[in-house]
Amino acid sequence: MNVELYERIWMWAAAGLIVMFLGAIFLTAGLQAVQPPSHLETMDPTALIHYPEFANPAVVTRPDGSLVVSVVAETYAFTPDPIEVPANRPVTFRVTSSDVVHGFEIVGTNANAMAIPGYVSQFTVTFTKPGEYVIACHEYCGILHHGMVGKLIVK
Amino acid sequence: MTGRHTLASTHIGVAIAAFAVASAMGVLQALSVADVEFPRRSESLYYVSLTAHGVLMALVFTTFFIMGLGYVLAQECLGRITGRLGAWIAFALAAVGSVMAAVTILRGQSTVLYTFYPPMQAHPLFYIGATLLVVGSWIWGGVMIASYRSWRREHPGVPVPLSIHGMLAAVIVWYLATAGLAAEVLGMLIPWSLGMVDKVDPLVARTLFWWFGHPLVYFWLLPAYVLWYTVLPQVAGGRLFSDRLARMVFILFVVLSTPVGFHHQFSDPGISSGWKLAHTVLTYGVLYPSLVTAFTVIASLEVAGRMKGAKGLFDWIGRLPWSDPFFACIALAMIAFTFGGFGGAINAAYAMNTMVHNTAWIQGHFHVTLGTTVALSFMGATYWLLPRMLGRELRFRGLARVQPYLWFLGMALFSTSYHLAGLRGLPRRVYSASLTGEYGEAWHGLTKVAAAGGTILFLSALAFVTVVLATWVAGKKISPPAFEFAVSLRPATALTLWDRFGMWTVVAVVLLAVAYGYPLIHLLSQQRWGSPAFQPF
Ligand code: HEM
Ligand SMILES: [Cu+2]
Ligand SMILES: [Cu+2]
Repeated sequence: MNVELYERIWMWAAAGLIVMFLGAIFLTAGLQAVQPPSHLETMDPTALIHYPEFANPAVVTRPDGSLVVSVVAETYAFTPDPIEVPANRPVTFRVTSSDVVHGFEIVGTNANAMAIPGYVSQFTVTFTKPGEYVIACHEYCGILHHGMVGKLIVK
Repeated sequence: MTGRHTLASTHIGVAIAAFAVASAMGVLQALSVADVEFPRRSESLYYVSLTAHGVLMALVFTTFFIMGLGYVLAQECLGRITGRLGAWIAFALAAVGSVMAAVTILRGQSTVLYTFYPPMQAHPLFYIGATLLVVGSWIWGGVMIASYRSWRREHPGVPVPLSIHGMLAAVIVWYLATAGLAAEVLGMLIPWSLGMVDKVDPLVARTLFWWFGHPLVYFWLLPAYVLWYTVLPQVAGGRLFSDRLARMVFILFVVLSTPVGFHHQFSDPGISSGWKLAHTVLTYGVLYPSLVTAFTVIASLEVAGRMKGAKGLFDWIGRLPWSDPFFACIALAMIAFTFGGFGGAINAAYAMNTMVHNTAWIQGHFHVTLGTTVALSFMGATYWLLPRMLGRELRFRGLARVQPYLWFLGMALFSTSYHLAGLRGLPRRVYSASLTGEYGEAWHGLTKVAAAGGTILFLSALAFVTVVLATWVAGKKISPPAFEFAVSLRPATALTLWDRFGMWTVVAVVLLAVAYGYPLIHLLSQQRWGSPAFQPF
């Protein structure tokens, strides 16, 4: 049995498989700009009241026409709730927390981010299907974690 | 003869005790998520038991088991444990630490889960206890290295036995990983929980945690690989296919294990997409040694089958000792790992990650990898070790034979339904899958199946613990069978590149410093405020 030959074949085959996986990721990152959210913006989580955007979080249309939803997660609710947005338009979410770490998952979509006190998670999604969606907190945040749900209405 | 393995068997005994308690908690959680009513079901019981389950399974069971296994291998393959007194002190520290942490959890003072993300705050004794467990394991690593050094002086120029090569790799991975944890716990959480500082930065803490959190899984996996490479082919009646590839695999883990943690933070702010991508590439890099392991181990089993006279293409599979409890455990562990590997490749691709991040998918994933691959390997190892360590015959062999299959069946049900529920968006760590009592329809059937799987798992755990206990206290005294390790088709005769641990450790440290240094410095140079403490209950 030619051990060395088999070894070689497998080593190269395994390497080839991995290069293929990575190729797929690089291609989508390069061509379709599929990238993880990576926003760096800090603030004082104990004084959100001093940040107008998060003192009264809401759905707003910015002067440049973009649609921005600012969300504060706080044990055990999201504000605003419900969130109403139009279908087929890019919506930028800006999510933060005023106390512990929470999660922000719009069930059935690819909107999924962490709400970390002191930081803003920012990402953009376009909802194509009108309807009502559940927003769930997916990071354990205390004894009523499972009760921390909100609603998204896509019109 | 007696007393030769007391150190090891004491560690393994503690590990299995932690496993037993944690398994009972696991079934309670599975029932709770599925909304099956049982006496005393409550939110606090669910979250307390979830914390206990995670800490006892992921930190106590694994660490003690690996320490014990390390001592067995040092004794048998190197003929020594250098620094026995230190080893006992380490045991005492780790045991006291674990008990401290467990008591604060069970009293409801530290319900912060095994990830303990601040600003959720636990009792100071929780953090201090966890620290003592880690300090104990550091001393264990020192004993392993000292034993190796002392052996090396007597055997210049000879490759160290493969099992020790693998354990040394695990020790190095562990030191690299726990550096991040130490920075988090000693530098941030302990002073904060004692009231010496008012605030901690949750994102810096998360980043340090995941620096530790992913290599942690390789710290579990490498000892399992040691068993697959050095014991499995022997039990199956074959040869290790390639010693050289095996040594390479362990070294690649040393180098690639640590700089991958950002794949747990794809959905976090504060880390640039460039660094997330870099960690993705390295994550796929660690897939490589696992693929090579799959090849080598399966080739070794084929050799075993053929040595027993197998002819055709697949005939060798049937000739393997499927009714041997050790063999069954490891073979099933390996099958589970192929599914775990596919899932891992999905988690690491960040577009797909947003679909599953923090959903029940994640629990499904790590119950096949950790909860099956690692746990079954350690259960198999226990069946192999007990007669050799204790000089007692295994009791209830029939039970030991079906137990691995029962675990596999239970986990197939549990893990498949958690994967599917996760794809449908069921968030992780919830007391009830109906959330506020309204949203459960898409998940209910699946969580019920998972609860059935969890019950089967619990029965399997009971069977395992019964065999172990009965053997320990009432197994028939025998003269202990020899520890036999697999011979390689082409044994290593000279030192190669893959035996140079010092050099590879330096490479690993440099890579780690680059992969975490720059993003951390960038983060720390921002204006930050930090968070005061919150109690979860
Ligand atoms: C009797 C067998 C087991 C059952 C029934 C079981 C069940 C569960 C359940 C239901 C959860 C909670 C999932 C959720 O609510 O999101 C969980 C979490 C967990 N399990 Fe298991 N499990 C078992 C064995 C294991 C094993 C063997 C390990 C590792 C060695 C393990 C490690 C964990 C960890 C680390 C968590 C996560 C805790 C957290 O999220 O903080 N489990 N398990
Ligand atoms: Cu929450
Ligand atoms: Cu929550």
